[in-house]
Amino acid sequence: MKKTILLLLPFAGLLWVPLYNRHDPVLLGFPFFYWYQLAWVPVTSVLIWMAWKADKQS
Amino acid sequence: MSISLPDNAAIGVFILFFVATIVLGSTVRFWRPLLNRRKAATHHSQGEEWGLGGREFGAWVTWFLVGGDFYTAYTVIAVPALVYSTGGFGFFALPYTIIVYPFIFAVMPKLWTIARDGGHATAADIVRARFDSRTLELAVAISGLVAVLPYIALQLIGIRTVVEALGYTGMLPLLFAFVSLAAYTWLGGLHAPALTAFIKDVMIYIAVLAAVIIVPIHLGGYGAMFHAATEHLPAIPGGRVVSQDQTVPYATLALSSAFAAFLYPHTLTGILAAKSADTIRQNAVFLPIYTIVLGLIALLGLMAHAAGIVTTSSSQVVPQLFLAIFPSWFAGFCFAAIAVGALVPASVMAIGAANLIMHNILPRHSESVTGSRLAGLGVKVGALGCVVFLNAKFAIDLQLLGGVIILQTFPALIMGLLPLRLSAPALIGGWASGSLFGLGLCWLDGLKPVHPIAFGGFSASVSTGLLALGVNIVVTMVLGSVIRLALGASPSTLQPRSVRRQG
Repeated sequence: MKKTILLLLPFAGLLWVPLYNRHDPVLLGFPFFYWYQLAWVPVTSVLIWMAWKADKQS
Repeated sequence: MSISLPDNAAIGVFILFFVATIVLGSTVRFWRPLLNRRKAATHHSQGEEWGLGGREFGAWVTWFLVGGDFYTAYTVIAVPALVYSTGGFGFFALPYTIIVYPFIFAVMPKLWTIARDGGHATAADIVRARFDSRTLELAVAISGLVAVLPYIALQLIGIRTVVEALGYTGMLPLLFAFVSLAAYTWLGGLHAPALTAFIKDVMIYIAVLAAVIIVPIHLGGYGAMFHAATEHLPAIPGGRVVSQDQTVPYATLALSSAFAAFLYPHTLTGILAAKSADTIRQNAVFLPIYTIVLGLIALLGLMAHAAGIVTTSSSQVVPQLFLAIFPSWFAGFCFAAIAVGALVPASVMAIGAANLIMHNILPRHSESVTGSRLAGLGVKVGALGCVVFLNAKFAIDLQLLGGVIILQTFPALIMGLLPLRLSAPALIGGWASGSLFGLGLCWLDGLKPVHPIAFGGFSASVSTGLLALGVNIVVTMVLGSVIRLALGASPSTLQPRSVRRQG
């Protein structure tokens, strides 16, 4: 169950576009729209890794 | 239209790197045993060796092989072209290549285990064994074959684009693309792309890192770059980056691309060639590194605006940007990276499709390597036909068209893993309706990948692939219930047949 939620989080964070369809706040010159989505890359890696660990424990 | 012409240095460097990669890749059979003598003990049939690399690829090779499927002309030519033309909307490739990894993690180890246990090499093999249906096997195999043709066509367009950027015109660039692909695959088999994928990735990393560092320096930093780019794109009100009616197409294209990505014969080849299910899980954790680079490549489309590139042929955006800002020899190197980056996946795609033809469409000839090679050649001729005859507005539409077709195998292949009671006739009915519906919409919409729908008070454009998949699933479920009801009335009708078949 915990594993399913971990794996579904990226879908929730990225497929609801109005959540991040904004220019501000800008980070290092990147509008929010761009850096928010790029930030999901490492976050997703970590989430999958956690799901993998949870898998191994059970 | 301002076009910078390359000099001989660009052409020379391009040819040097491109030819060196092809030669290294296609002679791998001869030099690989010298590096790796202990492997000599394991024997595989020649066909399994050519087509699945002997199912022995570990974490690193799988990483390059599977990740390389995303570094294609799709990434380097088609996505920046769409970003150049539409702005933030073209960025949907980024969420696509993120959400695909949780999906791979959850689904692909199961599929790999089933394939290993049953000795299956293709999606169609898996489906035939699971549902005991030759018709369903053919349906899945034909979908894979047809879907991969426009995807290979996109790679040929990628190679053609850089050869054109080197100053050649007419049919020659396309001919060059086709001949190099055919020669490379014919000689090397799957070992060629797996090992040259490494060379290709290093070359692309160098080209992309140079671009994402040097270009913003030229243009005064990322902030100035984004600012300059927005002045060339249609204004979007309310501080948004994509307009409100683009949000649904954005999300649905990302989702349908992610579901489709690993149903293709070539991507599944990369997965099935892994050594273990855990190799795949480990790769799902580390493959997103590719996605960062994909996002940066997508931004080249905006950088081109900021650098003042004006072109009506959107595929030329990245080559023209490289010619404008790099010394010509380095532009030549980058072009070789792009061409090799299209060649390697196109070769894996052709092999995946050839596997389908040999194993599933003509099962009796499955052990002949010459047959596989001929089938691979036929696939490439089909892709060439797609380049010549399909007139898509953007190169990326070819990939999305392939997605519409391949998504129709989702119920049989992926939902077949769930404990649902799906029957072969229901799945075939769903597949046929979804495929006809999706291709019909694409035809009517002029190959545009989204279709406008209105439902109650809600109206938006939705990915055609996802709409067709919806039709497919509904038909599968309804037919399934009808068949179950009919069987419930007379349970004996199917029972004896399945017993007879086993005996």
